Amino acid sequence: MIRFDNVSMRYPGGHEALSRVGFSMDRGEMAFLTGHSGAGKSTLLRLIMLMERASQGQVYVCDQNLNRMPVSQIPYLRRKIGVVFQNHQLLFDRTVFDNVALPLQISGYERDSMARRVRAALDKVGLLQKEKLNPLLLSTGEQQRVGLARAIVNKPQLLLADEPTGNLDPELSAEVMGLFRQFNQVGVTVLIASHDLDLISRMPYRRITLDKGRMSDAGE
Amino acid sequence: MPANSPQRGSPAAPKQRGRKQGASTQQPELGARGQSYLSHHREMAQVSLKRLLATPMATLMTLAVIAIALSLPSVFYVGLQNVGQLSDHWQGASQVSLFLSDQLSEEEGRDLALQLQSNSQIAELSYLSKDDAMAEFKQFAGFGRALDQLKQNPLPAVILAVPTQDYLSPDSLQALTQLLLSIDGVDDVRIDLAWVQRLQAMVLFGQRAVLLLAALLALGVVLVVGNTIRLEIQNRSDEIRVVKLVGGTDGFVRRPFLYTGLWYGLGAGLLAWLLVQLSVWYLGSIVDRLVVLYQSDFQLQGLGIGAALLLLLFAVILGSGGAWLAVLRHLREIEPR
Repeated sequence: MIRFDNVSMRYPGGHEALSRVGFSMDRGEMAFLTGHSGAGKSTLLRLIMLMERASQGQVYVCDQNLNRMPVSQIPYLRRKIGVVFQNHQLLFDRTVFDNVALPLQISGYERDSMARRVRAALDKVGLLQKEKLNPLLLSTGEQQRVGLARAIVNKPQLLLADEPTGNLDPELSAEVMGLFRQFNQVGVTVLIASHDLDLISRMPYRRITLDKGRMSDAGE
Repeated sequence: MPANSPQRGSPAAPKQRGRKQGASTQQPELGARGQSYLSHHREMAQVSLKRLLATPMATLMTLAVIAIALSLPSVFYVGLQNVGQLSDHWQGASQVSLFLSDQLSEEEGRDLALQLQSNSQIAELSYLSKDDAMAEFKQFAGFGRALDQLKQNPLPAVILAVPTQDYLSPDSLQALTQLLLSIDGVDDVRIDLAWVQRLQAMVLFGQRAVLLLAALLALGVVLVVGNTIRLEIQNRSDEIRVVKLVGGTDGFVRRPFLYTGLWYGLGAGLLAWLLVQLSVWYLGSIVDRLVVLYQSDFQLQGLGIGAALLLLLFAVILGSGGAWLAVLRHLREIEPR
C-alpha cells in the first residue's frame, strides 16, 4: 500500500527533514508513526499525500510511483486517501453536514447518495444529531470527529492521521483511537502519526519510529 | 526500479489475519458525475452572484472601473464609425464647385452650365445664381437680418459639378480642375476631395489609435478583475487548501472564481454599453444641429446590436480571463512542482 525506498526530503534552505527512509505497509495494516516532534512524521505524511515531492528516493502509494505522478493526477490520488489533521481543517462558513459532504461533492456524487453517505459517516462518529450545526459550536473532540467523518466518507483505501489526539483528553483520545480501529477492521489501511506513547503502548499495533529524520525502528 | 514492482505482501497477498473484504474507494457512476458536474456549475454561478450582491457598493465600484475602461474605446469606436461613414458618403459625391465671375450675367452662366453638361467627365450639374446662393446662405447661416443690410449681393454664382465615377481619382480630378479653370468666366475651382482624403487618413490613424487604446484598456480590465479575485482568493484560502487536500481538481477550485469574473465581465459590459448609448444620445442632439447646417441626412449611429454583443462577449472573456489567471497563480503557489 505504502512503500518508501531510500527517501530523503530536503526543504529549500537546506533543512533535511527525512534522510534515506525506507519502510512499507501492507494493505489493511494499521500502524503508528512515532518520534519526537521535528522527527519528520508530518513530512512523511505530506509525501504520501503528495503535498511535497521527495528530493531523493521513491515513494509508492497504491502501487503508483508518486515521483512520476503529474500534477493533474494528484487530486485523484488524494481521493483514495482520507486525512485527519490535528487542527481539523474544518470550514466554519458551512454546516457539519456540508463539511463532511465536501469530498463527495468533489468526486461528483448526486445529492441523494451524497446525503446517505454523509449521514452514515456522521452516524459512525456519533454526530448524526449535529449535522445542521456550524462546527464552531462543537467541542474540540466533536470537531475532531467531524474531521474523521470527512476523512472516511469517501471510503478511502488509506487513512492517514497527524496527531489526531493531540488536543484531546485521554478519554476522548481513547474514543477516537477506537474509531480508527473500527475502520481498520473493515479493511482500511491506517497510519497514525502520534507522540502519545502512553496511548500507543496500550494498543497492539506496529510502531514505526523516526528519529531526526532517520528510521530508527521500522517495527517489523 | 520499476514503478509496479511487487511490494512486500502487497495486493498479491490480501486479506491477512482473516479480515473482511477491504473497503475500496468507490466512484459514482458517470451519469451521476455529469449531473453533479452541471449542478455544481449552476450552484457556483448562483453562489458567486450572491456573494457579489452581498457587497453591493464594492461590487458596483469594481464594475464602474471596468465599465469605464470598456466604454472609452467603445465611444471612440462609435465616433470613428460615424466619421468613416460620413467620409464614404462624401467620397462618392465629391463635388467640384466653379465660382463664376461677376462679369457673367445669369443668362451666360446658365449657357456655360449647359455647355459643360455635354462634357463626358461630368455626371451631374446644377447652377446656383447669385440670388439662389444668397437665399441659401440666409437660411442656413443665420445671418438673415445682417445680410438684408447689404446693398449688394457679395456672393458669386456657382456651378456645382459632380464628376463621373471613372474620373474620381486624384490625377483625373487634377486634370479636370485645370480644364475648368481655363474656361472664360470661371474665377476659381474648388474640389472637396483633398480634405476628404485627409479625413480618411486621419480616420485610419484614429482606428489604429483606438485599437491600441482598446488593447491597453483590455489589459487593464484583466488586471483589475485579477486583483479583485486575488483578494477574494486570499479570503477563501482556507477553503481552497481543504478542497485541494480532499482531492479537488484545479477546475473545481477555479469554478466559483471563474463565475465571479464572468459576472464582473457581464455586469461591466452592460454598464459600458449603457454609457456608450448615453454618450451617443447626449452628442446626438448637437450633431443633429450640425447636420442641418451641412445639408446632410447624416444621423449619428450608436453601437449596433452586433457591436454591442461583441462588447459583452469581450467583457465576459476579459473578466473570466482575469479570474483564471489569478487562480492559476494561487494554485501554482500551493502545489508541489
